[in-house]
Amino acid sequence: MSTHRELIRRALGPRVQFVQGDDACAYGAVLAGCTFFAGYPITPATEVAERMAEILPRIGGCYIQMEDEIASMGALVGASWTGAKVMTSTSGPGFSLMQENLGYAIMTETPCVVVNVQRSGPSTGQPTMGAYGDMMQARWGTHGDHEIIMLCPASVQEVLEITIVAFNLAERLRTPVLVFIDGELGHMRERLVIPDDDEFELVERPRATDRASYRPFAPGPDLVPPFAPFGSGFRTFVTGLTHNEEGLPRASSAAVHDQLVRRLAAKITNHLDLITRYEEFYADDCEIAIVAYGITARTCRDVVEEARRRGIKAGLLRLISIWPFPEHIVARWAERVRAMLVPEMNLGQIVHPIREAVAGRCVVKPYARIGGELHTPAELLEALEALQWQPA
Amino acid sequence: MKREIRICGFGGQGVITAAVILGKAAAVHDGLTACQVQSYGPEARGGAARAEVIIADQPIGYPGIHLADVLVAMSQEAYNRYGRAIKPGAMVIIDPDLVFQHDEARPVTPVRATKIAEGLGNTVVANIVMLGAVAALTRVVSPEALLAATLESVPARFRELNRRALEAGMQVAGVPVLAQ
Repeated sequence: MSTHRELIRRALGPRVQFVQGDDACAYGAVLAGCTFFAGYPITPATEVAERMAEILPRIGGCYIQMEDEIASMGALVGASWTGAKVMTSTSGPGFSLMQENLGYAIMTETPCVVVNVQRSGPSTGQPTMGAYGDMMQARWGTHGDHEIIMLCPASVQEVLEITIVAFNLAERLRTPVLVFIDGELGHMRERLVIPDDDEFELVERPRATDRASYRPFAPGPDLVPPFAPFGSGFRTFVTGLTHNEEGLPRASSAAVHDQLVRRLAAKITNHLDLITRYEEFYADDCEIAIVAYGITARTCRDVVEEARRRGIKAGLLRLISIWPFPEHIVARWAERVRAMLVPEMNLGQIVHPIREAVAGRCVVKPYARIGGELHTPAELLEALEALQWQPA
Repeated sequence: MKREIRICGFGGQGVITAAVILGKAAAVHDGLTACQVQSYGPEARGGAARAEVIIADQPIGYPGIHLADVLVAMSQEAYNRYGRAIKPGAMVIIDPDLVFQHDEARPVTPVRATKIAEGLGNTVVANIVMLGAVAALTRVVSPEALLAATLESVPARFRELNRRALEAGMQVAGVPVLAQ
């Protein structure tokens, strides 16, 4: 008899591969312990689903192709309540359809990972092209007050690693976590080294132990309620309505609503130390900074190196976790630099929280590019050079 | 070291497969860094397809190619569309039976990949013949790495055909045949 981990290794294949970002996402999910995937194929996210469809049946997991993305997200919530680690993947049009049940997952504290391999919108837009146009939808796409966790890796290797992190955060904090890449990174192939099990951490959701005292939404000291899966004999009521710690609807109570929704937000904002991820280049003596994320940040790294060769004190702040926005990190950079260049593959989205964090302490210059092509090193270098002469 | 290689042709010729095998040879078998991207139209067959591979001995940032060091063109339409953005002195390899007109100012290396593949009994391996020639002419990956990457990328029953295609491509380029 093979153990589950052995089955996973066999299904993933050789340790070193040359694969796409989408493949790496599926691999990361499986390594993280994902055993359930529900989704609907959509370019450029289809390969995530394809890999999951191949691997999950071989490791005793379950892959379901649903009738649409609304149902996919619903299936995810149900499966997660059986105790499984769950994921779906989609692109812009599908992510729009998932918004209602994404909110349901937040309200019902259901761990799940939602991958968006972004393409240009609005609507069906440019299916085969990359974009980062859903960054703000990720933050506020579902209605009502809430916090969301969103991570943006920049290489095939990092897609695998960040997908594992996404599962760990989803489990630890009992909340949906979004992994956002784009069509370029999703379809780009690079060397991928599949890590050994002792090279990464695996986190399980906190479990309820005592049936008699179990109250399904009574939080622990870290504001996360211990979980009891359906079928385990614990009495659980789950609703998207405002509910008390027993899980029973109390939709007319201002006090219950205030307490619940503030706790759901605080359990995330109290754990920024677990969530916040970024990378800094030339932070120490940087005068002109680029703040970037996702695939764009790769180009920025080249640009900063070239700018340094030309005597410009350039640096790069690469954001990996986008939501909750790492305001304190950006603020710290704003204290030191004269200007920030913010290239985005949208018409300017993350530049807004950046401006809020900067609060007028330095120049913030957006550089928007849409249509599916990446920013070129030459145009970013030119923009960086122009910022040198910008009056503070 | 950083070499930027663009392989183009019409959809269905296997230019993306060729680029993937080249990248795999470099990244998995030769211990180099490689990054491969592609673009294609909505058609399943026909239309101009393009795949790009960057092979380097350092991390690769920007994954696109502005001006290629090596251009491989397997159709006239693709040559016309993607053939211009190359570096001065770039190596241009064409299948002369499919690219009839090319920029006279740029020297080209003809490799009759489709014709050779036909001789091997199946034009489907024209891309692999071309790959053998590219590897031999550019030396960007080792022949052993390319053979390993090719064999693990094709179905078992086509391995022998692909091995012969690779060898034929290398021979055309004047490079000794692989050891058995």
